[in-house]
Amino acid sequence: MKYEEIVHRCFRCGYCKLTSDYTDFNCPAYRKFRFETYSPGGRMWLIRAWLNNEIKNSERFQDILFSCATCANCVEHCVFVFSEDLVNIFIAAREEMVNKGIIPPAVRDYLKNIRINGNPYKEPQDERGKWADGTSVETYKDQDYLFYVGCVGSYDERAKKIARVVGNLLLEAGISIGILGDKEKCDGNEVRALGEAGLFQFLAEENIAYFKELGVKRIITLDPHAFNAFKNDYPGLGGEFEVYHYTQILAPLIKSKKIPLAEYKAKITFHDPCYLGRHNGEYDAPRKILGAIPGVEMVEMEQNRENAFCCGGGGGNFFTDILGGGEDSPNRIRVQGALDTGAQIIAVACPQCAKMMEDAIKSEELDDRLEVLDVAEIVSRALS
Amino acid sequence: MTDITQALAEIVGEGYVSDQPEEAYFYARDPGLMPAHEPDYVVVPKTAEEIQKVVRLANRDKIPIVPMGAGMALTGLVIPLKGGIVIDMKRMTGILAINEKARLVIVEGGISQGLLKAYLEKNYPKLRHSIPDSPATATIAANVMIHGQGRLSQQYGFNSDMVAGLEVVLPSGEICKIGSCSISPDWFSKGAPMPDLSGLFLGWFGATGIITKVALKLYPKKKMRDVEIFITDMEEIVPDIVHELTYTEMVEDITVFAQPLPMIFRDNHHITIFFTGDTDTELEFKRKMVWDALDRFIKSKDGGFMGVPPVMKPTLLDSPQRSVTRFADVKKGGGFEYSGPIILVEKYPECSRKIRELAEKYDLGYSGMARIIGRGHCMMYGFAFTFNRADPDMMERTRKALHEVSEYALEAGGVFWKPTVNEQKMALDKMDPNTRNLMGMIKKNIDPNGIMNPGNWEVN
Amino acid sequence: MDKENCLGWLKGGKMYALNFDENLCTTCPTGDCLVKCQYMDVEKDTAVEEMVKISRGEDSFVFKDCVTCYGCEEYCKRGNHPFYLITERREEKGILTSPRAITKQWINIGEPQGKYRLGKVKEKVLSFGFMPEFLKWVRGRLFEDVMPSFIFGQEFFCNVVYIHFANTSIIKERLPMVVDNFKKLGVKEVVFIHDECYGAFAHLAPAYGIKVPFKSIHYFEYLYKRLQELKDEIRPLNIKVAYQRPCSSRLSSDKHHFVADIMELIGVDLVEREYQGENALCCGGIFSMCFGYDLANDVQKRNIDDMAANGAEYCVFNCPACQSTLGEKVAKRGIKPVHMIDICRMAIGEK
Repeated sequence: MKYEEIVHRCFRCGYCKLTSDYTDFNCPAYRKFRFETYSPGGRMWLIRAWLNNEIKNSERFQDILFSCATCANCVEHCVFVFSEDLVNIFIAAREEMVNKGIIPPAVRDYLKNIRINGNPYKEPQDERGKWADGTSVETYKDQDYLFYVGCVGSYDERAKKIARVVGNLLLEAGISIGILGDKEKCDGNEVRALGEAGLFQFLAEENIAYFKELGVKRIITLDPHAFNAFKNDYPGLGGEFEVYHYTQILAPLIKSKKIPLAEYKAKITFHDPCYLGRHNGEYDAPRKILGAIPGVEMVEMEQNRENAFCCGGGGGNFFTDILGGGEDSPNRIRVQGALDTGAQIIAVACPQCAKMMEDAIKSEELDDRLEVLDVAEIVSRALS
Repeated sequence: MTDITQALAEIVGEGYVSDQPEEAYFYARDPGLMPAHEPDYVVVPKTAEEIQKVVRLANRDKIPIVPMGAGMALTGLVIPLKGGIVIDMKRMTGILAINEKARLVIVEGGISQGLLKAYLEKNYPKLRHSIPDSPATATIAANVMIHGQGRLSQQYGFNSDMVAGLEVVLPSGEICKIGSCSISPDWFSKGAPMPDLSGLFLGWFGATGIITKVALKLYPKKKMRDVEIFITDMEEIVPDIVHELTYTEMVEDITVFAQPLPMIFRDNHHITIFFTGDTDTELEFKRKMVWDALDRFIKSKDGGFMGVPPVMKPTLLDSPQRSVTRFADVKKGGGFEYSGPIILVEKYPECSRKIRELAEKYDLGYSGMARIIGRGHCMMYGFAFTFNRADPDMMERTRKALHEVSEYALEAGGVFWKPTVNEQKMALDKMDPNTRNLMGMIKKNIDPNGIMNPGNWEVN
Repeated sequence: MDKENCLGWLKGGKMYALNFDENLCTTCPTGDCLVKCQYMDVEKDTAVEEMVKISRGEDSFVFKDCVTCYGCEEYCKRGNHPFYLITERREEKGILTSPRAITKQWINIGEPQGKYRLGKVKEKVLSFGFMPEFLKWVRGRLFEDVMPSFIFGQEFFCNVVYIHFANTSIIKERLPMVVDNFKKLGVKEVVFIHDECYGAFAHLAPAYGIKVPFKSIHYFEYLYKRLQELKDEIRPLNIKVAYQRPCSSRLSSDKHHFVADIMELIGVDLVEREYQGENALCCGGIFSMCFGYDLANDVQKRNIDDMAANGAEYCVFNCPACQSTLGEKVAKRGIKPVHMIDICRMAIGEK
């Protein structure tokens, strides 16, 4: 297994599951299950035990490995020099399990759907660009930027709305964008996170070849997950592009008043997506956008930025739901954190987070007190 | 699912009980060197009442019970030597009451050091507790249970001396209050002016009961904190240096360390001196008092204050010091263990020589780490060795070295801190027979079925 | 030279001896080396007398009172090396300046570990010595014509600091090896970013007959030339600064004028103050380690009071060690600490 030489070095001290000031446990799976085995240290020790044939690849072991939301809280807070590789180690262990074909059914189904349908929703490929119907967003030809939407933005009803708002905003700001429509393929970020390295490589190479064929130089992504794959994983496979999350494009446009904003009175708290924040260090762009809207009062949740608590949708859990629901599910804990701020709106910058948080609001019966809006949707409401 | 599993699930909820091999594997070990032994069940309760029910069930069926905090003692105290039920306490993280004026807090038995620290910093910035340098996940209850030491131990003694009351679940299942809280709504004393019953539980490693609530004394927290390091190449003068420092009454914490790596630390003994103040004037006054106290050593060239560069200060002022935990990876192997006898400060020189001798004999990486307790009344001297978990030979050499430390510590007049089972046996063997019998009587009467952390403090 | 009078040290068959001419002292008209000393009160005749005694290996109060500020190396304009001599004699007599533990610690820190770092080394190279700060600070256009040609690590550490600790043996043991390390890299010109390293190769090495097979360039001179090349990009900073002169600059006093030259070039008002030039006060870092609280505290207080009294808004540091010692203290008085590199970068809009 990759990183096998590191696995034994975990001291299981537990810093990995805390925030930097120790306010609370911040590992989504540990918060949910509360057995040490579901913490990063637990995974490290169990992976080693598995490699040494001291435990078997059981259903529970699979749950333990695949409930990791790859949120990188452990990477942020582990005190050892190998901290950077913690999530990579968990993914490497998943790869071993995938290679041996012993994985949770939900993971198997997800990967199968991507392989067969090109998306996890089993939807037809020619429906992929339908989200843009009724907008002025055109197919990519030679525009400045490829606007890459991803599987969730293309097929999920809630996410499609966000995709439309982002697309319209970019166009209204004069940004030259084009989409791939029914030619768009899965970016593979979750495929990689779920341990299907071969399928990820296939998807990435197909995407890279197609982007190059079209002459794509710059990409704006709707989804931080795609942003992560394009920015961090594609270069190693020959895909060197300028990659931006859409908030990174909007922030300077708003600052320079190219998107003029009117007053929009609201108390807002921003939920950092892990693949924008901890994985890629972008904490400011969404906050700059929201902070620039007249009338907006920004309030931070106790756990924010590097210490943000994951919604629980990362690492494929959005699709596999191995973390599961219940009172201690990460998304429900997170909306309670948002409620504590007194905010009316939870701002998100990721379609997966948007869905996870909306589900949690329903479960917590907070529909009348909290609303989940994407940063772009809030900007759209504030357009003058 | 077995009947017991089912019964436990009915108490704590199905999601919080496991009889699976994964939990059995993990909870069978701690990060130290003691042999693994698997539990039959692991439960993660939420309330004292749930624990009460679990204990009653266990007592009925004579199933061993081991309460566990973060499991960071490193000496195997939460390894279920005879199987049974491990109770992971870390869902019980409540801060139940705080009295700012009296400087007291009541917490649940699973709250971590880190969480209490964060809570106080945010809500009561003038209050602090004596935080140890174990990882922030270490729990308050487990720390007082093992007579831990922390940042305020030089001033106020063992962290267990700072307990102001306990709630414990007895082996029979009764929930029992210890201290002023047994007759008053207020938790301010663990014993005085009445018989101090906290001694029936503190230091027993759960062999007499499970702590579900702790009242803890808090102390003033000044706005500023600083650190100086006095170094000397003469281990024999370290006790004199400590004596001078404790006399000043100006110092918060004093620790001493000597280790061969990195090179900056080779050849010397480092007396790390922490002090606090609300103003620059107060801080500088204390600094001068500290420097003046040691001036004679500077004049004789036997010691001096090393310059502590600003970049080093965050590491030193960190509470808990994460750098202590990093010692585990010195050999790129994720392991360290130490034997930390409580011993007179005057024994520092021989302890220091002993660790060097053992490190050389067994070819091990080491750090000698001492924390002063009280105004120099005693110290914890940690004979710490780092090892590579993937190197069985190195692990065995470390075990041997630690065994020699144990023998040495007893001979030198030390008393084991958080002793391994073997050290407990050595201590009991050396103990005054009447004291040993008293311990046996206590254990037998409180836990007649011997279900509580069996193997620990067993008087045969 | 017999063993008793030998000022040198034998290593690998090669002798390194201090070039010291006692006659220059006996004929000295001023005794400046000790008369100008800011930590001793000495008349001219006594100064001459004591230096001659020291040269002859006799006892002197200087061994007790010298605080190792290096100042006399600058005050002596006759080409002698009073401070190196004092250091040699102290070592011979076993007179310690610093606690043994401090000396051991510093010697250990400087021991080569094989952990040096090399950039893409060319004939012209920047030497960071063993100052890790420079790995972060040296960047931007000021250095673009040499970077990434740099070296860093104990293997390139000049070791001069040990003269504070009355230990020249270690310098004579290590410095030739450091020279060799440079030699192996085949460098022709070395820009020393740490002032003390420059002093080592341009001043101390010749004093001991250690041959240096490359051209040594002080980074002040380098910065001044680069700033002239980037003149069009300089935006005058219009700030008032005090300069904290390090002990090491006493070994390169001919380069001291670059401080004023650079400040003028970048539109900075270098405040006139009591403790400047030859009268500069030590940062106190070494004083505290060697002699305790009172001397260091007194010197630091006078120094910072002087900066504040003369309206300094910034304190410009040459040596990172001075900055580490004094940075926080000047900041508490409302004076911003800044390294020479950073203030130059500020002037060209990089900070």
